[in-house]
Amino acid sequence: MTGEVPLRVGLFPTCLVDLFRPVVGFAAAQLLTRAGCEVSLPEGLTCCGQPSYNSGDRRSAQRLARQVISACEGFDYIVIPSGSCGGMLRHHYPELLADDALWAPRARQLAERSYELLSFLVDVLKLEGVDTAFPGTATYHDSCSGLRELGVKTQPRKLLASVEGLALTEMPGAETCCGFGGTFCVKYPAISNRMVSDKCTEAQATGAKLLLAGDLGCLMNIAGKLSRLGSPIEVRHVAEVLAGRLEVPALCGRADP
Amino acid sequence: MKPQSHAFKSESAKALEDPALQHALSQIQGLLVNGRRAAVDALPEFQALREAGRAIKDHTLDHLDLYLEHFASQVEARGGQVHFAATAEEACAAVLAICRDAGAERVIKSKSMVTEEIGLNAALEAASIRPVETDLGEYIIQLRDEPPSHIIAPAVHLGRRQVEEAFRANHTSLPVSRKIDEPAELLAEARHVLRSQFVSADVGITGANFLVAETGSAVVVTNEGNADLTMTLPRVHIVLTGIEKVVPTLEDALVLLRLLVRSATGQSATGYTTIASGKREARDLDGPDAFHVVLVDNGRSKLLGSRNREMLRCIRCGACMNHCPVYGAVGGHAYGWVYPGPMGAVLTPNFVGLHEAKDLPNASTFCGRCESVCPVMIPLPKLMRNLREEQFDARDVARSQRWALGLWATVAAHPTLYRFASRLGARVLARLGGRRGKLARLPLARGWTGHRDLPAPTGSTFTDLWKGGAR
Repeated sequence: MTGEVPLRVGLFPTCLVDLFRPVVGFAAAQLLTRAGCEVSLPEGLTCCGQPSYNSGDRRSAQRLARQVISACEGFDYIVIPSGSCGGMLRHHYPELLADDALWAPRARQLAERSYELLSFLVDVLKLEGVDTAFPGTATYHDSCSGLRELGVKTQPRKLLASVEGLALTEMPGAETCCGFGGTFCVKYPAISNRMVSDKCTEAQATGAKLLLAGDLGCLMNIAGKLSRLGSPIEVRHVAEVLAGRLEVPALCGRADP
Repeated sequence: MKPQSHAFKSESAKALEDPALQHALSQIQGLLVNGRRAAVDALPEFQALREAGRAIKDHTLDHLDLYLEHFASQVEARGGQVHFAATAEEACAAVLAICRDAGAERVIKSKSMVTEEIGLNAALEAASIRPVETDLGEYIIQLRDEPPSHIIAPAVHLGRRQVEEAFRANHTSLPVSRKIDEPAELLAEARHVLRSQFVSADVGITGANFLVAETGSAVVVTNEGNADLTMTLPRVHIVLTGIEKVVPTLEDALVLLRLLVRSATGQSATGYTTIASGKREARDLDGPDAFHVVLVDNGRSKLLGSRNREMLRCIRCGACMNHCPVYGAVGGHAYGWVYPGPMGAVLTPNFVGLHEAKDLPNASTFCGRCESVCPVMIPLPKLMRNLREEQFDARDVARSQRWALGLWATVAAHPTLYRFASRLGARVLARLGGRRGKLARLPLARGWTGHRDLPAPTGSTFTDLWKGGAR
């Protein structure tokens, strides 16, 4: 943070965080604020339109893209605690609206200003570490869109390395899809189940007590399976640990009462 | 072959419960994925090579007519014949006519997915000509009368036990007492049987990995050397392949060859790389008396004119399926036709119709691993999404799904309504989740809760909390 005037960051919490796990939004806001940003919540945000886009409903996806673009203008940056929603804004909006003379430039402008949270903290804000502690071993799942569309790989690991007391044990298949895939997991439940079961087996083999990732969709899928298996592994969004926001119980790992 | 892609869901469910198949699939990681990784890591210019490969294919596809004509003229200049086949039927008919003119009774083949695509073996058999596959994997599945499950390793779904069973059932001269349960013994048995087929065949049919316009050559790679025997021992050599295989120059073919082999098997070069440029000439020690090239369209020019034309860059390395978690879970047969995995999810609908293959482009999480390893950088998820859009526009989507998506999109397009709905949803689900914070069952969500719990929301939406001043 070089300038006197703080960066005005619009936080796009994503529909899953908004509904299921607000603490991820607060953790993201806290990380950004501590790094010197002025964080606010753009008015009129709902969902980025990914479910429509990936289900072939291009027109609905375009409609939601325009809504997001309008809501997100007027900020220096838009930051999203999700690789797949981040990929949507950064890569897919310009493609979705490429033939729309009015909206194509606005889509491109938003794309240039939109970042996935970890990538923004490390690549843009040049954050070297965080000032927090978490005693124990964690493992990190690379969610697909963040990894392959946005190149999020080293950023979360760099920040996690600065968390006092936290050791990271990698899964050999950390980059393998967990089987969520949006509507894929309910359209092809048996295949999705195989994929998430394999992921859980790998997570358990690491001996970690905590599994982290940067996308709530993947996290809910993995947490739901670990919970069904009765595994004690806790599952959290990486921002929760980096911001030290552990007041809400983990997504799973809670003992049955 | 008759497509069975409509049965993807039931076939994939069966595949998931087949322990022998699952064991076979688990070998792909070690054999092909790690092999490719090592080969790519050893080549610093691999990314530059991918970009060069993409550029070569794009350029050729932009001028496909020109290069095909030039290729044909070069083949003819060397005394070969070129047959253009618009459809699978025309391609089979061209091969049958060549066989008839040559008075052929026995045909040997090296592996060619295009011949699988056009159903050539069935057409030959219907004309009382016996085709014998000479690629070991293809030979095994021919004995078992089943389609390939992988484009470069057609029998990858089988274990050695199943191969032994197939040999014992078909090789009548094989003594019961002879042990053939080790790979080397199985290989020796196959070589023994195939040797006589090579020597006695009248026509040899190969595919082509690349066709070179400048020289009129076909480039064929194998690790078994069977394509070389197939093209040199019989009197007639037929190259049968798709029109998209042509590239301008030999140098272009070599760029793509470097990409192909590393991506396919992790080798830097296959055991055999052969450039076939026509029939035997006076100074040649061996070779066929006649050389034919059957160029198959069968829907490729339609693909060229579509928004999925990038699929025609495909050089059939199989890396996309080797790296696909869905293919890795269910194997190739579940896809129900010749081409499985991500490349098949785009190609099969083009060849057999989107309705027949409607599950294929949907059975992907869009994890993007296929695109990240594709040697010619085909954006496979994007192409699958294009097909989903076609399905949606054609209303070939389950009504319940269409309705749910439509409702959701309408609510999401109205922020006030959306906030009300999500506030309600967060409260209701949190209450249902109770103290355990999870739901083991939820009406209308069996697809999720059948296999996993649903972590419950914590009670209020982020938006409400933030607006209420929480930080």
